[in-house]
Amino acid sequence: MTPRTTTSVRLTGISKSFLGVPVLRGVDLELRGGEVHAVMGENGAGKSTLLKVLAGVHRPDGGTIEVDGAEMSFASPTDAQRAGIAIIHQEFTLLPHRTVAENVYLGREPVRRMQVDRRRMVADTRELLDWLGEDGIDPTDTVSSLSVAQRQVVEIVKALSTDARVLGMDEPTAALADHEVELLYDLVRRLRERGIAILYVSHRMREVFDLSDRITVLKDGQFVTCAPTGELTSEDLVRHMVGRDLGEYYPDRAAPDDLGPVRLSLRGAGNQRLRELNLEVRAGEIVGLAGLQGSGRSAVARAVFGVEPFTRGVLEVDGVARRVTRPRTAVRLGIALVTEDRKGDGLALRQSVRDNTLLVRRAALRGGRSRARSDVPALLDLVTVVARGEHQEVRFLSGGNQQKVVLAKWLAVEPRVLVVDEPTRGIDVGAKRAVHELLRDLARRGVAVLMISSELPELIGMSDRILVMHDGALAGELPASASEGAVMALATGHGIGEAA
Amino acid sequence: MTWRPRLAEGTAPVLVVLLLLLIGLAVAGPAYDEPSGYLALLKRAAPLMILAIGQYFVIVSGGFDLSVGALVTAGVVIAARLINGSESATARVILLVLAFGLLVGLVNGLITTKLLVPSFIVTLGMLLVLDGAIFLWTGGAPRGALSAGFRTFGRGAVDVPALGEVPWSVLILLGILLAAALFMRGGTGRALVAVGDNEAAVRLSGGQVDRLRLLAFVLSGLLAAVAAILLGGFAGVSAQVGDGLEFRAITAVVLGGVLLGGGRGSVVAAAAGALSLEALFTLLNLLGVSGALESAVQGVIIIAAVAYASLGNGVRQRLRWWPQQRDSARPAQPAAS
Repeated sequence: MTPRTTTSVRLTGISKSFLGVPVLRGVDLELRGGEVHAVMGENGAGKSTLLKVLAGVHRPDGGTIEVDGAEMSFASPTDAQRAGIAIIHQEFTLLPHRTVAENVYLGREPVRRMQVDRRRMVADTRELLDWLGEDGIDPTDTVSSLSVAQRQVVEIVKALSTDARVLGMDEPTAALADHEVELLYDLVRRLRERGIAILYVSHRMREVFDLSDRITVLKDGQFVTCAPTGELTSEDLVRHMVGRDLGEYYPDRAAPDDLGPVRLSLRGAGNQRLRELNLEVRAGEIVGLAGLQGSGRSAVARAVFGVEPFTRGVLEVDGVARRVTRPRTAVRLGIALVTEDRKGDGLALRQSVRDNTLLVRRAALRGGRSRARSDVPALLDLVTVVARGEHQEVRFLSGGNQQKVVLAKWLAVEPRVLVVDEPTRGIDVGAKRAVHELLRDLARRGVAVLMISSELPELIGMSDRILVMHDGALAGELPASASEGAVMALATGHGIGEAA
Repeated sequence: MTWRPRLAEGTAPVLVVLLLLLIGLAVAGPAYDEPSGYLALLKRAAPLMILAIGQYFVIVSGGFDLSVGALVTAGVVIAARLINGSESATARVILLVLAFGLLVGLVNGLITTKLLVPSFIVTLGMLLVLDGAIFLWTGGAPRGALSAGFRTFGRGAVDVPALGEVPWSVLILLGILLAAALFMRGGTGRALVAVGDNEAAVRLSGGQVDRLRLLAFVLSGLLAAVAAILLGGFAGVSAQVGDGLEFRAITAVVLGGVLLGGGRGSVVAAAAGALSLEALFTLLNLLGVSGALESAVQGVIIIAAVAYASLGNGVRQRLRWWPQQRDSARPAQPAAS
């Protein structure tokens, strides 16, 4: 086993362009055995490209890759694998109906007397699982019977079975439920103890601070800094990533006289997932809706929007009771929903920026109003979309710009009630700030905003009031700038019935 | 803002192919030295182009319509039987044929959207039902005859000032193509493409996904009926007149760069695909290639077009013939491994 301080991999001056657009410009990175090295940066900073250069997927245009002091050139991922470098990709590559051992040795099964040597395959897999200290997985389990977190373990075992000494992990928690993240932390720490070098690419600041030993920050394809994690604060990190001081994180809250009449009100509303909801959102205010995953936060959004409608109680828009049983009705009443899955159900990815911006107007409105399209540039300007033009397909935009297009498509119909579910998930710091400002700006213009977010700092920073959900019902209401602890107490059900 | 002509993604290749084929025709056939040759080609291609326009609506919204070939046959056979040579019945029967196409499209669309049966299966079933019904009704040999008035649309021409004699079918085609192109530029057309791309996004934007889908099938059925009227006039009455046209129309649409599964492609390119297909068959004929090879050629085209569409952007970049910017720095040679 390599001693812990040996440099495993050193990248020097790596540059890479795609079709003449530079993505990496002279990036340096040093990765030692037994460390977790986080790479951070906004979307488009070049993190994933760097990882792919290391994995042999992309050939760098310039710069050198050294492994244990020897200069290397990887023509393919196989070359990188031979040098002991493996990548765990965001999408899993396992075959669900085969066993763990079969997946680990897929395509390079050990052979004995012209036949696959199953016994050895299972034994070797078990040895690796034991070495990692994973006893919950048996090599003969079928992958489809495993949880997402366990599948990730299998991916890692698969990488280790090729004698990988360097593991690259691209957003490894993206597919995990909250409680599985802890398991991953534990696994990463065990890998580190066993001398594996880990390159950890993630958006989530908390993870990076919890796990990493050192952090390298990239911005616009350039190396910004590399420092031990203990020497950085999250403010430092944000400043390095954005390249400027963000100062005040969130826009000013609404003053009492900014509040207008009640736009959306629920009285005793419920369905299969939700019980007896009573809430009001006024024109001009942003109401935060907090809760753990599965608490019914998103179910409220879907019910208000008519996707899974309320079956009991009253929903009022501008003081008039309405039955909203499908999205079309909701849209025509002036309700808008920014869903949490931007790519899945927010955008038509192969259509242009313009067509997506006009999607709601064309799909839901009738007559002359659906034909107006002269204000598209103004709308895109308002949400500060950066695209090559109105006719660029939205799939080529960054996550932040895609989210801005989603907002633009709703602004095009001037909603009175805006429900946003995880509005800043997976977008970079700069875009996050723009979305926050836009939401506050809309509130100032008289829109009632109901905001769902699992990022508590964001929820607390943005909201004028916070409603907390627990188990399909409202557990309580907290004023602006409540503490994270108070929110969590209600969300986990501890605060109910007591003074929170 | 200045208006610049813009090609929808995937449209350029078919225009190149079409241009090459037209040049090929000019070189190979003396008939293509003057405009009348091309006008005759357009006249022959009109029914297929109209079918391709109808098929485009269905494909771009994420479905297939396999019933159009059988629908063409049904339209011709029904028209012949009901007109039976009588000039006075012509107008009434034309309306009836159009209504029949509309009805078949409506049934296809309703079963697809309300019963959630995949359109591939629904329209395959419709193909078999129509085929069987025609066979039962005609006993294999269609009876009756089309009136001269009916056949005018497929065969006749009209004097257009400044252009001379222009076949009716070409005028009808151009009218439909213009209407289709305008429709696809409008809100409903764009929403139709968006349905093929991401149905959930359209539904959550307040769109009526089922109605849009239904509209695509109805338009396809209606245009198949129009194609039947032109083909009946052009080729006469036969129980085989529409055989294989559904696959030819799908080939044309795919050749036009429209993505199978929906979400991308232009209707003009789909029509250009149909014209290319017709031009290719004409060229092969001129070059003395056996007509028996037509379906083999069609098979190669459909596979090649879909394969080209599914190649990654990277591969397509490399396939281009003009040189790309070369990587300036060569990666280091392995010093040891």
